[in-house]
Amino acid sequence: MGEQISMTVKGNMATALGAKLCRPNVVPAYPITPSTLFPEKMSEFIADGELDASMINVESEHSAMSACIGASATGARVVTASASQGVALMHEMLFIAAGMRLPIVMAVGNRALSAPINIWCDHQDTIASRDSGCLQFYAENNQEGLDLMINAFRIGEDHRVLLPVMVGIDAFVLTHTMEAVKVPAQEDVDDFLPPYKPKYGILDHREPATFGSFAPPEYYQEFKYEQTKAMEKSSEVIDEVFADYAERFGREYCKVSTFQCEDADIILLTMGSMSGTAREAIRKMRGDGKKVGLAKLTVYRPFPEAELREILSKAKAVAVVERNISPGSTGAIYAELAGAFINQKKKPLLKNFITGLGGRDILVETFREIYEKTLEVVKAGEVKEPMEWVAMNEEVMR
Amino acid sequence: MTVKITLGAINKEHGSSRKYKTGGWRTVCPVVDLEKCISCYRCYDYCPDAAIKKIENGIEYDLDYCKGCGICSKECPVKAIVMVKEEK
Repeated sequence: MGEQISMTVKGNMATALGAKLCRPNVVPAYPITPSTLFPEKMSEFIADGELDASMINVESEHSAMSACIGASATGARVVTASASQGVALMHEMLFIAAGMRLPIVMAVGNRALSAPINIWCDHQDTIASRDSGCLQFYAENNQEGLDLMINAFRIGEDHRVLLPVMVGIDAFVLTHTMEAVKVPAQEDVDDFLPPYKPKYGILDHREPATFGSFAPPEYYQEFKYEQTKAMEKSSEVIDEVFADYAERFGREYCKVSTFQCEDADIILLTMGSMSGTAREAIRKMRGDGKKVGLAKLTVYRPFPEAELREILSKAKAVAVVERNISPGSTGAIYAELAGAFINQKKKPLLKNFITGLGGRDILVETFREIYEKTLEVVKAGEVKEPMEWVAMNEEVMR
Repeated sequence: MTVKITLGAINKEHGSSRKYKTGGWRTVCPVVDLEKCISCYRCYDYCPDAAIKKIENGIEYDLDYCKGCGICSKECPVKAIVMVKEEK
């Protein structure tokens, strides 16, 4: 094994370094805050001769994903990056990428959607594309961003999967924050990630074929069934690949990772960078004798139902803390988690907390408040108000 | 229908769109009056489904592929094509 070099980099550079180590052939991308540094860095790597790839400067994110689809169909390894409105503009093409079973990898700087215009951290952009058929990973820090990019290619390109993968890093909290990361050696990543081999044929003028062809009612449903099965199958592929990565590179990933959950009455379920703050809040609350633990969701698609059931069923109540909201319903994770428990005999009380939208800081104090509110639910033995907004700025609402 | 599509929605067969007989979508059917037809073949050029064949002194429809859009009728400079409601 080669030595892992320590570097201090911003989150976008971490995902770019991860992508570069995977030797992509084509990088179609359109800049958008807070992801702009990613295409900038990729184009720098290419210009400096560190990466042998074609950079395609496109005129929109819709075109970026379209170019990704075309390039990936030729058998190329493809990577792109986007955020917020960019992911929204790609929406149509994301379904096509997944339906055509193309393992495109995309780094997303998770950012709020307009209106009002806001460039800060929020998970709404990728949550809104949860049904597109892309796998979705969320990083807690820059190291996770780098590592998850490398894992994303290996998982997406596995012939049991063949689906696009999004790796989310929180806007600014990660994308623009310098952190120390360990960068694996190129030869070790080459060994971990074999060249991409398409399974069903490649776009080649010598062998003309229709890609993304028409499928009438007699056919379409089976395609969606196979696609869904591949997403389900990706669950075990993720476990295998994460385990292999841990063995080779010494950093362990889980679809859901836990902290102090063994004897916890209340578990906080988090995703992305807020998890670090939650861990700190739990350390402090544990010091005060409170039985509280953390479950961090790294993989949101496929939704790790079984793992969540296993981890959370022992708790009295779970606080689902989310940086997204489905107006007219609840946070996306809460609704799915409730679905995961609905047929179970043993289930915790579930309460949803919406906070941190549009880059509002989620503080240790925020988690304390969430804990106290969840404790009230435990004492009452029922959930009267399933969803609550916390850390509201009362002045704005006056 | 016998078109083979592999996973990834790839169809390796050439010219397979012939197998999608879309004539069944039609509710109105074009009827040409060859007495009026001047063989300008404007309908042939405009037909989006290539459902019109040129014949000597006129045209002929391949109703397996005509969806009944009526563009031919609209474009005909001598009003030789009328759209007739189909009874099924």
